[in-house]
Amino acid sequence: MTRLNEANVIIAKEIIGRYPKARSATIPLLHLSQQQNGYVTNEAMVQIAEMVGATSAEVLGTATFYEMFKFEPVGKYLVNICGTLSCALMGSETLLHHAEGKLGVKAGGTTEDGLFTLERAECQAACTEAPCLQVNYRYRYKVTTAELDQLLDDLAAGRLDGEVPPHGTVARVRQHIPADKAVGPVPPDAVVAPPAWITEGAK
Amino acid sequence: MSRYAWAPGYTDDGDRPKIVTSRFQYEDGYTLDRYLATGGYVGLRAALGRTPSEVHDEVKSATVLGRGGAGFPAGTKWGLTPQGVWPRYLVVNGDESEPGTYKDRLLMERDPHQLIEGCLIASYAAGLSQVFLYIRGEMALAQERVAAALNEAYAAGYIGKNILGTNFSIDIVLHWGAGAYVVGEETALIESLEGNRGMPRLKPPFFPAAIGLYGKPTIVNNVETLSNLPWLLTNGAAAYTAIGTETSPGTRIIAVSGHVKRPGVYEIINGSTTFRDVIYGEEFCQGIRDGHELKAFIPGGGSAPWFLPDQLDLPFEAKMVGPAGSMLGSGAIMVMDETTDIPAMALTLVRFYAHESCGKCVPCREGGTWLMRIMERVVAGRGTQRDLDQMLEIGQSITPGQYPHAASERLGLAAAPFPFRMTTICFVGPSAYNAVDSSLTLFPDEFQAKLMKRTSIPVTAVGADS
Amino acid sequence: MTDISPAEEVEAPPVDPNEVRLTINGHEVVSTKGEMVIAAAARAGDYIPHFCYHPRLEPVGMCRMCMVDIDGGRGPMLQPACMVPVSPGMKVDTGSPATKRAQEGIIELLLANHPLDCPVCDKGGECPLQDQSFSHGPGESRYVEEKRHYEKPIAISDIVFLDRERCILCDRCTRFADEVAGDALIQFNSRGNNTHITTFPDEPFASYFSGNTVQICPVGALTAKPYRFKARPWDLAQQESTCTTCAVGCRTVVQSSHDELLRYMGVDSDPVNHGWLCDRGRFNFESVKSADRLLQPLVRQADGFQPATWSAALAEAASLILEAKAAGGPKSIAVIGGARGTNEDAFAWSRLGHEVIGTPNVYSQMGDGLPADLLLLDRATIDQAASATTIVLLAPDLKEELPILYLRLREAAEKKRSRIIEFAPKQSGLTRNAWRHFAYEPGTQVAAVEKALADPEIAAQFAKGSVVVVAGRGNLAETSTATVRAIRTVLAANPGSRILPAFRRGNVVGALQVGMRTADGGLDTRAALQAAADGKIECLVLVGADPLTDFPDTDLARRALAGARRIVAVDTFLTPSALLANVVLAASAYAEKSGTTTNIEGRVTTVAQQVNPAGNTRADWMIAAELALDLGGDFAYETIDDVTADIAWHVAGHEAITPEALATAKDGIIAGLLPAMAQAKLLEAVIPERNSYDFRLVVSRTMYDQATGTANSPSLAHLATQTMVHLHPLDLGKVGTTEGATVKMSSTRATIVLNVVADPAVLRGTAWVPFNHSGANVGDLIDCTAAVNDVRIENL
Ligand SMILES: Cc1cc2nc3c(=O)[nH]c(=O)nc-3n(C[C@H](O)[C@H](O)[C@H](O)COP(=O)(O)O)c2cc1C
Ligand code: SF4
Ligand code: FES
Repeated sequence: MTRLNEANVIIAKEIIGRYPKARSATIPLLHLSQQQNGYVTNEAMVQIAEMVGATSAEVLGTATFYEMFKFEPVGKYLVNICGTLSCALMGSETLLHHAEGKLGVKAGGTTEDGLFTLERAECQAACTEAPCLQVNYRYRYKVTTAELDQLLDDLAAGRLDGEVPPHGTVARVRQHIPADKAVGPVPPDAVVAPPAWITEGAK
Repeated sequence: MSRYAWAPGYTDDGDRPKIVTSRFQYEDGYTLDRYLATGGYVGLRAALGRTPSEVHDEVKSATVLGRGGAGFPAGTKWGLTPQGVWPRYLVVNGDESEPGTYKDRLLMERDPHQLIEGCLIASYAAGLSQVFLYIRGEMALAQERVAAALNEAYAAGYIGKNILGTNFSIDIVLHWGAGAYVVGEETALIESLEGNRGMPRLKPPFFPAAIGLYGKPTIVNNVETLSNLPWLLTNGAAAYTAIGTETSPGTRIIAVSGHVKRPGVYEIINGSTTFRDVIYGEEFCQGIRDGHELKAFIPGGGSAPWFLPDQLDLPFEAKMVGPAGSMLGSGAIMVMDETTDIPAMALTLVRFYAHESCGKCVPCREGGTWLMRIMERVVAGRGTQRDLDQMLEIGQSITPGQYPHAASERLGLAAAPFPFRMTTICFVGPSAYNAVDSSLTLFPDEFQAKLMKRTSIPVTAVGADS
Repeated sequence: MTDISPAEEVEAPPVDPNEVRLTINGHEVVSTKGEMVIAAAARAGDYIPHFCYHPRLEPVGMCRMCMVDIDGGRGPMLQPACMVPVSPGMKVDTGSPATKRAQEGIIELLLANHPLDCPVCDKGGECPLQDQSFSHGPGESRYVEEKRHYEKPIAISDIVFLDRERCILCDRCTRFADEVAGDALIQFNSRGNNTHITTFPDEPFASYFSGNTVQICPVGALTAKPYRFKARPWDLAQQESTCTTCAVGCRTVVQSSHDELLRYMGVDSDPVNHGWLCDRGRFNFESVKSADRLLQPLVRQADGFQPATWSAALAEAASLILEAKAAGGPKSIAVIGGARGTNEDAFAWSRLGHEVIGTPNVYSQMGDGLPADLLLLDRATIDQAASATTIVLLAPDLKEELPILYLRLREAAEKKRSRIIEFAPKQSGLTRNAWRHFAYEPGTQVAAVEKALADPEIAAQFAKGSVVVVAGRGNLAETSTATVRAIRTVLAANPGSRILPAFRRGNVVGALQVGMRTADGGLDTRAALQAAADGKIECLVLVGADPLTDFPDTDLARRALAGARRIVAVDTFLTPSALLANVVLAASAYAEKSGTTTNIEGRVTTVAQQVNPAGNTRADWMIAAELALDLGGDFAYETIDDVTADIAWHVAGHEAITPEALATAKDGIIAGLLPAMAQAKLLEAVIPERNSYDFRLVVSRTMYDQATGTANSPSLAHLATQTMVHLHPLDLGKVGTTEGATVKMSSTRATIVLNVVADPAVLRGTAWVPFNHSGANVGDLIDCTAAVNDVRIENL
């Protein structure tokens, strides 16, 4: 069963409830299912399609557009080594080769023990701290080959479990809009008048 | 003072005015407590004490240039929504992915309340009905910090129904992406927010301000742009325009990366600071790394045409940089010293844009990848003169006519000013070619040196591979 | 004529506020506000090359082929002509050097990854990419890299194949599927250079409209199984025609090669089909060349059917009719059918029936329509329906029965032009688009309508503007009485509303209009069958009619065919009913004969003969004319035009519809109203209480069933399912059954055995069974005189 579990269905409904159109929740729900299963399954996409009122093909079309969604299992740790200009100038290619050697897989591959997937990533918005990498979207800056070795060892030994959650979990803090404070989603076709403060002034 | 461990890259040597990075010095700058203790939500209160149109006028008179790349003034943009059409939405562009750019992430990680307050001020002034704060998918910490800040602000009554006891009510919804550079383009951002593939829409005919999210008027503003508003409302437009120049007031955050001694993120004075100040100044990057000299730099992110050292004295002023053949873009300066293998480094950018093409339009989808394939061959030492010519031909199919480039005495080039004509929908396609054009125009010898060293070149029959 | 008096001076035409004047390639072009430059240029004769633009789809501007120099006041700029609306004073140059360069560039880039397999590609010879490469391309390819590779063609549905290597990602098929068909089952997948079209795994592009994607694909990426590798475009001969599979009357082009039908293509008729066809209409040409066609007349001998010459068969038919007349008088003869052929066929047979035989018992509906007198009401065109403020559906599921009408009304709702109010015993294809959907249990239709009319919000909606009632038979397991009353109730409450008949069979409106309807005191089909069952019919003439298959009450049909003393059948196949005939006259099929046909609007258009009649078959009208001779009448018809002209001469409403007029009317001509006729007497409806153990039966048709055109087209035949009973999921428990289980379903008439489907579209307490599917025959359960039919369902 890779459909969203009960707890996640509750979260999913809360997320959908914030948008004027359910379809907008597609990407957040795909993340939620990837968090649950480590990757996005067909079954999950069928369910998400039902929840947001799209066809499964449409959800698939959206999902495959984005880099972060994986459609088959990847390692517990996704190691993304940036290879765009700023990092390339500071030697990211060496870092990538080193990682390939250390893990025994080429970029794009997953280690046999299922622990690591290595990828050559594009610019991660940490260009001044080149070369940089992300492990499950947690940054490491100005990484030397020695630091990379250390990082991989620490991850393998579980020493970073608290800091780096398994692949699929991005943010560990979620927005929660309290019911008594929420204005609620503003449906595009239901509103024809300007908001109160525009006509009446702030009161 | 220099680096703060909690704000990697950020440096604030010197006593320049700080508009948006003032709280980076506090380790807990992202908490509501610290925010309130350092003047937080004062701008919002000031705004709520005035009519929406007064606030709008204040922002307009301050000429807050958009910091997302295009540099369009925020106040003017808000005014472009069609009269009498409701609702209007605000979409906050926190998708920062332009190569070299690193500022919005820091603003979201270090001072999320400032951004929230900016959103509230904009919503109040422009009569917006709901805010969607779109954060790049790969930025886990920024998402956590903004989520936590939103939760705090809701609890404290700064967001939601009847903000600070007034009739001003609005929700801010955190949304996050899943990895696609092109989604930073505002119409693609809207598509993505609607749950679709992040492919840009055509504009014209319709700009988001007229037909945007769910077909309704939508303002798309960059994180840094909005982060300016609390200070602006607290201190007034006059104080804001007192900094910087008339056409480029205020400050802006830049990220300098590459071969400088002290790469980093700096808040600089807009309009007057020059590239030389930034790259060589003591309070900034302190020059090229030891024993090396500047070869070229990119003034405005991976999409911007490259500059040679001749252009170092240009200031951070769009009306100077454009005619000189480039753009300020997203405030990302990438510096290359003389050891740089230009074709190989250009390839990383071509690869970036080819990889990030959404695939919607033919010139980018097909041309970008074709350019990448040829560049790979050239960098691997298997290229021919024909390949170099062919890249220029492909460039003509993406950006017909003269492509912008810097003047160079050495090469006998006169500047071809920015912008250019293009056959694509958005700038991704042209940007793929940009890296080829800049590197090949400014460093032709480096390409020649890489060409296949053979006396006879095998002729490939036309269409032989089909 | 030099002298024009002031009074006659030409008045300056009023300036149309929507008019826009612009210059294209130096000449002034008059356009309208909102029109795109590419369309204005096309009208002015300046073709702008394009791939993604399609006039019936929302523009996306993504292929960039239509980039031309457009000067909107700030100097010429390359802009996509498919996305830029015209503006006053705009100057467009479609041949500037910049334009040429851009177009060459796009072609070169498109060809970079496009295989050069034109010689083996179905599209070769009619391929926009191929054509534009010649006319606007650079003439050579400099692409030496390896091309994109994908697995060879994959089947994205039962009928359509996709070759992703040939695909240029123009978004046409995907936009069609989403925007027009409402079946967003094909989508772009992945990004950038890896973008390709896919379906969701195990969810094929099972759309009733999938063939249109093949037609609009600008390259050979999408191909249809029935046509793949069959011919080269330059070998095709073609003519415009009209599809008669259902009564929408879509305009088509019929193509053949070496006297073999090979393909139908939709023609963009603005008032009718917008270029679209449903798959059933598009692909059932296979049945015309079916090996099972009846190729010569048959005469029943002591030892069964024997092939006969035409003269022998006609003589036999004539003597059967004469014997019948002698035995029981002309009123003991009934002629049923005529709705499947042309107007000429129907007219000739109606003359034969009414004039030559002299019987009033002539009728073309098969007990599944509504009384013909409804055609006397103010009728709407499809355009009027699709632009009405309110559309009331009192009709069968249009997606299943009149598919292109479904597309037109769906568009009206999607574009927010119209609001749909639907009354139906089961959710239909349009329910998703309905503003209000009223599900009613059979027997409560009038009450449902009355209740809705009393709702102030609905009354206000009606008051907002025009109202069109789409009227047809939603349930074959009840009489038409309730539907007729419901329709009249809506019309009475909203004077000025129009009706659009949703009658299904190909030319049923035409047949009724030209004369295949009862004369005073005549028996309609149900009454004729009843009389036959009662032994009162001496001869039954079936003109392309198969009561055993098509009449809802199978038992009555069976008794009628057994009770009729003589049967003459005219048909293209040896149908179950024809098998019981004494003489079977072999008729030519669609595309084997020409003539005219009338659609639901009353629009008369031409059908073309494109191939020679199969075997020894003849057009129905010829058969009627020759039979008339044997019976002592003479129609004096030599050519089809004689018949068409005769209709124009004799039939009220057809005065203007002459062969000459039809030749120039590209969208056909709408026939005038029928002469007045008496309102049909409705069967009295006594609606019994439904026993709580029973289900009220709902029976209607689906697109793919056992109809001859479908069943004899191999590409379609397998799309029809077995007869199954659909119950609301919450009703399964009541029966104690589960999805897929086998149940016994009984009425007072009979018991059938079939499988169960859980279907939330079905109303609780009702059981829906599709009509004319293989396996169990639901017609066995239906009493066509009962106001409602209840059934008991038991687990087996
Ligand atoms: C390919 C492309 C990528 C872009 N990426 C970003 C981005 O990551 N962040 C951003 O704020 N603006 C980005 N922009 C600019 C936006 O389209 C838009 O101009 C901006 O968000 C408007 O905000 P501003 O007016 O506050 O600058 C991008 C533009 C293009 C063409
Ligand atoms: S230029 Fe590239 S990224 Fe931009 S719309 Fe076209 S294909 Fe997409
Ligand atoms: S036809 Fe205009 S871009 Fe394709």
